[in-house]
Amino acid sequence: MSNLLEVRDLSVRAGGKEILHGVNLSIREGDVGVLMGPNAAGKSALLKTIMGDPRYEIVRGSILFNGVKINDLKPYERVKLGIALAFQNPPRIGIKLGYFIDKLSEEFGSNADSVIDELGIRQLVGRELFHGFSGGEMKKTELFITLLQRPRLALLDEPDSGVDIDSLSVIASMINRLIDAGSSILLVTHTGHILRYLRRLDVIHVMINGKIVYSGDPSIMEKILRYGYEKFEKYGVVESGRAIK
Amino acid sequence: MRSLRSTEWSKVEGRLNNLLRNAKEALRKRAPYGPDIDLEEFNFEEEGDVENETIESLPPDLRKAGEAVGIDVNERRVSGTYLQIDGRVLRSTVLKWLRERGLIVAPISEALRKFNWLKDYYWSAIPVDQDKYTAAAEVFRQHGYFIYVPPNVKIEIPVQTCLLMSCHRGAQAVHNIIIADENSELNLITGCATTANRGLHIGVSEFFVKRGARVTFTMIHGWAPEFHVRPRAAVVVEEGGTFVNYYINMHSVKSLQMLPTVIEHRNACSYLTTIVLGRGSAFMDVGGRIIFRGENARGEITSRSVIRDSAKVIMRGQLIAEAQKVRGHLECRGLLLSDSAEAEAIPSLKSKFNDVELTHEAALGRISEEEMIYLMMKGFNEDEATALLVRGFIDAGLQHLPESLRFAAISTLEMAARMAKG
Repeated sequence: MSNLLEVRDLSVRAGGKEILHGVNLSIREGDVGVLMGPNAAGKSALLKTIMGDPRYEIVRGSILFNGVKINDLKPYERVKLGIALAFQNPPRIGIKLGYFIDKLSEEFGSNADSVIDELGIRQLVGRELFHGFSGGEMKKTELFITLLQRPRLALLDEPDSGVDIDSLSVIASMINRLIDAGSSILLVTHTGHILRYLRRLDVIHVMINGKIVYSGDPSIMEKILRYGYEKFEKYGVVESGRAIK
Repeated sequence: MRSLRSTEWSKVEGRLNNLLRNAKEALRKRAPYGPDIDLEEFNFEEEGDVENETIESLPPDLRKAGEAVGIDVNERRVSGTYLQIDGRVLRSTVLKWLRERGLIVAPISEALRKFNWLKDYYWSAIPVDQDKYTAAAEVFRQHGYFIYVPPNVKIEIPVQTCLLMSCHRGAQAVHNIIIADENSELNLITGCATTANRGLHIGVSEFFVKRGARVTFTMIHGWAPEFHVRPRAAVVVEEGGTFVNYYINMHSVKSLQMLPTVIEHRNACSYLTTIVLGRGSAFMDVGGRIIFRGENARGEITSRSVIRDSAKVIMRGQLIAEAQKVRGHLECRGLLLSDSAEAEAIPSLKSKFNDVELTHEAALGRISEEEMIYLMMKGFNEDEATALLVRGFIDAGLQHLPESLRFAAISTLEMAARMAKG
């Protein structure tokens, strides 16, 4: 299968300093990929850069989507190509959720009204986006919005952080729904909690200090979770995939 | 009896004569707020005839202007219509079954001749000599509408009134009286629009919401870049009554100044919402005032202004407690879309009583970069994102309107949001 997303030698600057250093990462069409790493490793920054957040400046390298370089495209142009990002911490937006859902449905020709009840967010539609939402409500809403966008590639930024167990399985079932619909996934997780609920996992990338230190077989995950990122980085685990150090 | 009647009549006549005299003396009296307008620059036409036309027979440009401010041209969703162009009344009608239940929609000139008791209400909520604009409405008398709903008659289907202007440099000065008798319900929608570019509109409105009655008043304005607009409204809400006012102005205007005043008696309740889009070099001084005169009265004033170009908008809100156990809240928010736009929020709370709760919040700001980026990352370009945020910003007060009026309000809001970016 060909690469749907290909990040080549990407270095990115934000807030006056370089935070990603020569990142290489690819996601094949239909792949479910995970990007793991400690806090502040640059995982969110990578997703936002792929999405075209103007606060992240590409200093070197390129991002290819479906073989086309998208470095200079505006965020909404990337959305039109089929990329979607579910935010880890979305900002408060002064638009009622119900109204936003209508606009998105109109924009993407989608209808997912029944999913609102599955997610248990019906009571939020009259409220402004993310104003006083709980952690779980934020994640569910972001995932719902992503579903409405019907993306070819869904970038999911820590959908499992700060979420209780019950919400976790609901969130996972939504991600599985995306997978079933044929979306490719790049999911960022710090803890890995969500992974055991997922239908499938094809590839894992580990990022530490703005660099990808491992890309390959997902079975590595158990070791990471057992030993922690620090040891993983120090001693490396080289049974499969690319070696580190 | 006969002599008593004639004494009463002469009292009334005497009062009317006094009103006219006071008005004439006040023709040069400046209003405390808003730029002063020289009335002599405008042509006050003679009070014209009362005709009986259909809205459909209107010239296409006027019809279109009316539609843009929510007027239902086919009258399919209304229980009555009053239509005035400049100084002429073109239409004044009520559905037959509602006429039989006592609903009146009529030119005030006609109503004053027909109903002697109406003279007791005439200029009883607003002083005729409040300023030169109220005075002009009395001196130049160019009709206006009278609406009456009898006790216990609840009319959900809106009554629509439409004040149009078509004469260049023309002035329209109307006087409206609305009476909702005890435990009645009235939903009124007013659309004001023009096809002329320069003019002056003065609208005096006196509302009387009797015990337990409920009135919603939706007013949508669509003026032109060289128009001065001076609405003058006062509302008396008796015990247990409810008054809901929803005002939208999204078109250009040279200057607009109004401060509708609501006087609430015991257990009365009111919600005033003002939504304006300041464009071009418009000057707008808007808002509202609630005087809580009876215990347990409640009220809310909400103002939302979107300001672009070099427009200036002042949002005034005044809550005055004159009784115990009063609760009121005031909210003024301005969204500035350009570097030369200007906004000012002037909230004011006043109480001499310890058991009242009056609160306010005011905020002026711009669209945040974070919100813009978020929306762009969800697929909306800069203009679409701005329109969405403006639409979200002006989404206020709709919950107090009946379903039948929300439609007109929402379509106006959608239009305003699209126009916000230019």
